[in-house]
Amino acid sequence: MREPVLEARSLVRSYGDTPALRGVSVAVGAGEVVAVTGPSGSGKSTLLHCLAGILRPEAGEVHFAGTRIDTLSEARRTTLRRGQFGVLFQFGQLVPELTAAENVALPLLLDRHGRAESLTAARGWLDRFEVTDLADRRPGELSGGQAQRVAMARALVTEPQVVFADEPTGALDALAGERVLTALLGVARRAGTTVLLVTHDTTVAAYADREIGLRDGAVERADVPA
Amino acid sequence: MSTAETLLGLLAVGARHGYELKRAHDGHFPQARPLAFGQVYATLARLVRDGEVEVAEVRSGAGPDRTVYSPTPAGLDRLRRWLSTPEPPSPYVANVLMAKVVTALVSGGSGRDCLRIQRAAHLARMRELTALKADPAGSVAQTLSADYAIVHLDADLRWMDTTAQRLGELAKEVRS
Repeated sequence: MREPVLEARSLVRSYGDTPALRGVSVAVGAGEVVAVTGPSGSGKSTLLHCLAGILRPEAGEVHFAGTRIDTLSEARRTTLRRGQFGVLFQFGQLVPELTAAENVALPLLLDRHGRAESLTAARGWLDRFEVTDLADRRPGELSGGQAQRVAMARALVTEPQVVFADEPTGALDALAGERVLTALLGVARRAGTTVLLVTHDTTVAAYADREIGLRDGAVERADVPA
Repeated sequence: MSTAETLLGLLAVGARHGYELKRAHDGHFPQARPLAFGQVYATLARLVRDGEVEVAEVRSGAGPDRTVYSPTPAGLDRLRRWLSTPEPPSPYVANVLMAKVVTALVSGGSGRDCLRIQRAAHLARMRELTALKADPAGSVAQTLSADYAIVHLDADLRWMDTTAQRLGELAKEVRS
């Protein structure tokens, strides 16, 4: 495998008395596209949230680019997420009051980049996802596929090393989902961005280089990295 | 269905005569057509000829003599190879895969390996087809053909995932 950029070591995480992760270890190489699959409740979203520094595991370690991140303060993990990680959810989760361009610019604005510079960068990313003409529309005026393209632009605007995508096509029909994935992975592969794709859908998993299958909070199967 | 391998699987748990094999087969594989006696004995004869089954004993009783068969090491090897080799990842493998899973359970295995190996083969084929669709030089007709194959492979994969979740119940039923 290429040098791991992201690694989970024996992660344990529960919700109350319900275990979600029971000693999960995975490693993802730089530039890899990996699908994390499994049935509902298998722990795949919890694993993604732990790897992205959104959740802190109860036991185990998370390493990113050689640095242990699960022990970092909330503020440092937030900084890391803003700069190095992009996150994409099933429903896009765009801010309804902002235009598409402002939504995409948001991570840069939060990182104290200038407004004009941020909006210019945002329009560039909207262009890469072929939705430049939607820059001034608000999320309520976008179709599901269009909104997801805007969300992808937002996830990539900081040029992160890793993109975490949690069921990114779950709310889309087959063709819209295919177009969204093709666009996301095309951009990510050209940029050498690592992508972690959480899905229960094998047609989505087939876009990835390899699969890590979870079941009952443990790794059930993992393809050997190329 | 691969009759030779399923009979080897049924023999792997203990020697049986032809009639017992037919009854066990028809009970374990209700989705398959019932085996004809002629097919049972013809298959056993081929397995004996090939050194994969041997005559363990001939039982005499009130009725006609019954020849009892057991698998040889070569027969058990053939069974293991069959269980650990994925079917070509084309759509509609459910019947053969079902036979493998049940045979694995009957002969003392878990069936999970059969599903895992087949799943990997199916997913690898889906990756090839998905990559084919992304080829800018590809035609729309080629994409539609890949779409068709992908949705059928996906149906098989969903069935495999559900089967994996029901393996515990299936094991109880098969071994009861």
